[in-house]
Amino acid sequence: MIKLLKMMRDNQDRILTDWLDGLKASARRRDLIGDVEVKEHARKILTLISNPPPNTVLEDFSSEGWQTVRDQLMEISISRVAHGSSPSETAQFLLSLKPVMFQLIREQLTTTPDELFREIDVTNNFVDAMALHIAESYIQSRDKVIARQQEEMLELSTPVVMLWDGIVALPVIGTLDSSRAQMVMESLLQAIVQTNSRFAIIDITGVPTVDTLVAQHLLKTITAARLMGAECILSGIRPQIAQTIVHLGITLNDVVTRSKLSDAFRLALERSGRTVVQKAGNAPVVAPLAGVS
Amino acid sequence: METVSEQIITRSEILPIRTQIDLVHVRQRVRTWLSEERFTLIDQTKIVTAASELARNALEHGGGGQMEMSLLAVGARKGIRLKFSDQGPGIVDIAMALKDGYTTAGGMGLGLGGSKRLMSEFDIQSSPGAGTVVTVTRWK
Repeated sequence: MIKLLKMMRDNQDRILTDWLDGLKASARRRDLIGDVEVKEHARKILTLISNPPPNTVLEDFSSEGWQTVRDQLMEISISRVAHGSSPSETAQFLLSLKPVMFQLIREQLTTTPDELFREIDVTNNFVDAMALHIAESYIQSRDKVIARQQEEMLELSTPVVMLWDGIVALPVIGTLDSSRAQMVMESLLQAIVQTNSRFAIIDITGVPTVDTLVAQHLLKTITAARLMGAECILSGIRPQIAQTIVHLGITLNDVVTRSKLSDAFRLALERSGRTVVQKAGNAPVVAPLAGVS
Repeated sequence: METVSEQIITRSEILPIRTQIDLVHVRQRVRTWLSEERFTLIDQTKIVTAASELARNALEHGGGGQMEMSLLAVGARKGIRLKFSDQGPGIVDIAMALKDGYTTAGGMGLGLGGSKRLMSEFDIQSSPGAGTVVTVTRWK
């Protein structure tokens, strides 16, 4: 289809103008992505299509020669995802090229109806292939964004907080699946080393379901912490969770547990030789025992 | 003669169990249903935990399957039935699998037996090569 490509090269400016006009007419949310950027995308795509490497045909979009176009489409999809365009809006960007091309073919390639039909068919398939490709790229780009956010959330959701000198606490919130449990264990062990802590409190008030897998993860974490020389206290066991654990047959005999984080904290303070006393005023303070630094 | 009220299904839903994310979804859907049907918090926790165990079994041992969740009514009595089915390798020795502490996957070996204790009724159908169907029911 040398003729088609030549026609595109010769009429590049007109195609661009008509294409952008068509886009403006159909665009529903023009605030998402600027006109300048859309124009730039359209211009790049048009230039790339009109000047393909030698022996590249419009009939085969998957061929090596169109790699630059595919890369450009990927780039556009990334920008579209970042701007919050929907997949159909992204595909529509390319599909609007069709009427422009059809009009041009009708005006300029005055040949037999058979040939005309073939030109239109080729153009149609090519634009469809591009639209499919950008939709595919769009989903890939969005998956990447989601995966990154998941990782970020995983990191954010397992904060280890220092409660006192030598006492760290890990409030676990949400579902404790295997990847999460791994993260929890790592950050806790890391914090134990960094803060030189002897006591670690794991609070599971925010864990909705404690089944055998969650219990196993918790026991492993506690064992690992013990190997590091820290004593673990499990807190935040709600009544319904306690009953469920009993029915499941899980034994937590070796684990020191408390129902509330405050109780666990008090226990850790006591075991580290500190005591909580109430002053004459109203503010309770923690004072070290005599002889214990 | 005393008439026995017929057991009717008032609500039903099928959830797929194909990925780890589906397990989270199963727990959330079961919990939503139970709170809508005003099961007590203790019942909710027990049933969701059993669902979590059995769904994970279907995923890890059965290679994925589905859960059918039905709300039952017998007269004024309400209950929930969860049916987990997979097309996995099946269980050779069911009695052994139900034994506490028996595990083939490095778990605690309490999932099946534990779920049985958490629910009011427990039924397991399985044979090697024919997959596994576990049906559990808990009455309010």
